[in-house]
Amino acid sequence: MNSSIILSITTFVYAFASVLYIGSWTFKKDVMAKAGFFILTAGFTGNTMGIILRWIESYKIGYGRAPFSNMYESLVFFSWTIAALYLFVELKYRERIIGVFVTPIIFLAIAYASLSPSISDKITPLIPALKSNWLIAHVVTCFLGYAGFAVAFGFSIMYLIKPTESGRGLQISENNNKAETHLHSLFSKLPSLDLMDELIHQMVMFGFLFLTIGIITGSVWANSAWGTYWSWDPKESWSLITWFVYAILLHLRMMRGWHGRRIAWVSIVGFMAVLFTYFGVNLLPGLHSYA
Amino acid sequence: MTINSEKLSGNLKSSNSVWKFFTSVKLTVIVLLLLAATSVIGTIIPQNGTEQFYLQKYGDVFFKLFNALDIFDMYNAWWFVLLLILLSINIVVCSIDKLKTTWKIIFPDKITFNIERFRHLKHKEVFELDHNLETIEDKYFEFIKKNFSVAIKEQILAKEKGNNYNNEELDKNEKHNDKRVAIFGERGRWTRFGVYVVHLSILFMLAGGVIGSLWGFKAFVAIPEGATVDSAFLRDNETPVELGFKIRCNSFSVTFYDTGQPEEFKSSLTVIEDDKESFTKDIIVNDPLRYKGLSFYQSSYGIDSAKSALFKITSKESGMTYSQKMEIGQTIDVPESGGKFTLTDFVHGYNFQGHNLGEGFVGKLIEKHSDKHDKVNTDKHDEVNTDKHDEVNNSDDKNHTDEQEIYIPIKFPTFDKMRRGEFSFEIEDYEKKYYTGLQVTKDPGVWYVYLGFIFMIIGCWITFFMSHQTICVEMIKKDKGLNIIVSGSANKNGQGMKLKITDIASKMKQL
Ligand code: HEM
Repeated sequence: MNSSIILSITTFVYAFASVLYIGSWTFKKDVMAKAGFFILTAGFTGNTMGIILRWIESYKIGYGRAPFSNMYESLVFFSWTIAALYLFVELKYRERIIGVFVTPIIFLAIAYASLSPSISDKITPLIPALKSNWLIAHVVTCFLGYAGFAVAFGFSIMYLIKPTESGRGLQISENNNKAETHLHSLFSKLPSLDLMDELIHQMVMFGFLFLTIGIITGSVWANSAWGTYWSWDPKESWSLITWFVYAILLHLRMMRGWHGRRIAWVSIVGFMAVLFTYFGVNLLPGLHSYA
Repeated sequence: MTINSEKLSGNLKSSNSVWKFFTSVKLTVIVLLLLAATSVIGTIIPQNGTEQFYLQKYGDVFFKLFNALDIFDMYNAWWFVLLLILLSINIVVCSIDKLKTTWKIIFPDKITFNIERFRHLKHKEVFELDHNLETIEDKYFEFIKKNFSVAIKEQILAKEKGNNYNNEELDKNEKHNDKRVAIFGERGRWTRFGVYVVHLSILFMLAGGVIGSLWGFKAFVAIPEGATVDSAFLRDNETPVELGFKIRCNSFSVTFYDTGQPEEFKSSLTVIEDDKESFTKDIIVNDPLRYKGLSFYQSSYGIDSAKSALFKITSKESGMTYSQKMEIGQTIDVPESGGKFTLTDFVHGYNFQGHNLGEGFVGKLIEKHSDKHDKVNTDKHDEVNTDKHDEVNNSDDKNHTDEQEIYIPIKFPTFDKMRRGEFSFEIEDYEKKYYTGLQVTKDPGVWYVYLGFIFMIIGCWITFFMSHQTICVEMIKKDKGLNIIVSGSANKNGQGMKLKITDIASKMKQL
């Protein structure tokens, strides 16, 4: 049994969990969400074991390094952080159905790592610049930040597709369309808008704090390796752009009273920036060897 | 006088409106948006390239346009700096403006609670107890005191009772002679400072950046193994800067993984002050040498020259090959009494009929044309004598036909054969002499930036995860037992506070 196999299995477990969550919502079966939670927990356990095993394997090969240093590993870890954060939120807020749009993200990240032909799961040695304790601090905090934004993104989608109680609900009962009524009751199954709004904000704050720490540990590291804490390389610039977007969100919410749909949209824009920071920047020239 | 005072108030008004302009969070949002949007440009258009590169990539017209807008160095462009200055003024003005009110909240003359406010809260926990008021009152007071920093107990007077409950159930059963006690608690008033810490931290970082660019520098120096330098060259314009001490590179080494990837670059550096060795440190990437405000980072390396080379010398006549290790500057006798060979130099490139043959060695060869007698009759002792004689001869008469400069490239082992000499030379191996490339940085601003980092993290933590929470436990004595109402609010994170109220209420039931 090696880590790649465990992680491949984990991919399918996550897929199953997503199906259950989406099913519980579609068929309005709470049992499925309950089952989904357990399957997700199982997937998370596999994910954790996979990461630990990979760590051990790298020592056996003789490279001895934390498993956070190429695209494959970062994606696996991305799944792990989103799953961890989501499980925490579900437990804390005791709301099951909120996983509908989050679990697919967990699955997609690890699936991309496991299945994409362009991403190798080989354990490669660290180049000298990556040999630093700051690597772990930097990667872990950045990805906790990304996870916060990913979960906020899932909640934002949920917020936007749920009709407001007054507005659309009224319309539908008027034109008495069966399919639409079904759809409507489906969406009403989603948690209350107030809760979603609050959760989006919570997740953005969590993400913002950790992205902040991620950027900071990154620059302290850059300063210890190259003597510059900030060199405007594209990845740095893009993480700053992302950070600006979420700073804007916080101010809009705090000071201009934006709530609900508008904040959900800003959070979606923010997550696009996250994705570009993560994947898009590799198309641009720069210092970062991977995500 | 009238005119003057009008002018004055006009001035006041205009300065007031400038002040207003900078207190606006709309401005913050716009400036942040502009910063984000323009930062994108710098990630798409490569920064600080050469003119030819840009001309080739964007053509004449766009080159001129971009150049006029400083887009090729946009993070230092006046307009980008202006945005940062706007942001700073915005933060300062806005913070000062808000601080007055926040200060009053954080340090009030007297902490008071308004029971009506709590009665209007939507979320309440209500439960009934069989105990009598006097016993439970003190217990709850202690409990609130333990969980919150401030706890106050108040008797609610009849006239205050009102019937403003959101809870109809309670209202119905209300009797006017019921005895009521309220316990208020609160904590975290000071957390309202958090946001100022965040904003202050940004000012620290920007200040650090400015200090660094005014009084710091980034330079580079390449030191060959064994060599000593006392200055470095600025990255921007190659101007030399004095270090104030000397630094010697004792050795440089690079190791590789079996995959061929570099594993570690290491330089051993010695600091020399007043011609005395001060100390020695090995630096690697991620572990620089710091001394007297300067930092030396391992940033590159290269081959400066060679220390020695192992030659394979092939005799054309006998077909024999000989191995010979030589230091630069050393002279050897060519085997089979073929003459003399001096290894003069290592060069990085050599032009041969318009081709660059790359790195290699240059030597001076004096071939002795093979003469049977000579070869048979000479023993070692004689040879040395002959050589000495030859040397004298050479310098005496101007017959130099025998001495030639030969070039032995590393990459092309058969090259020297083409010379068609009596002996051909080939490099089997050589010991490189590296130079280490050091980034030399002075940045007195970095500590301000780091201080900003710490403030930023602490500030964010406070603003996001801590809040000013107030709680009210109202106890109403009934004919039989007690009605307890727990309610509370926080200046942020309402959902979290709801959960907390539920949690506290359930704990109180257990008491
Ligand atoms: C990059 C720059 C900035 C960052 C990272 C930043 C960050 C923050 C954060 C994290 C909060 C707390 C939001 C929350 O509680 O959810 C906040 C609140 C606030 N910010 Fe900023 N800020 C920045 C610039 C500014 C500027 C330029 C202004 C000037 C108008 C400003 C005005 C405010 C105000 C008034 C609040 C609310 C304070 C309160 O709760 O009473 N911010 N900011």
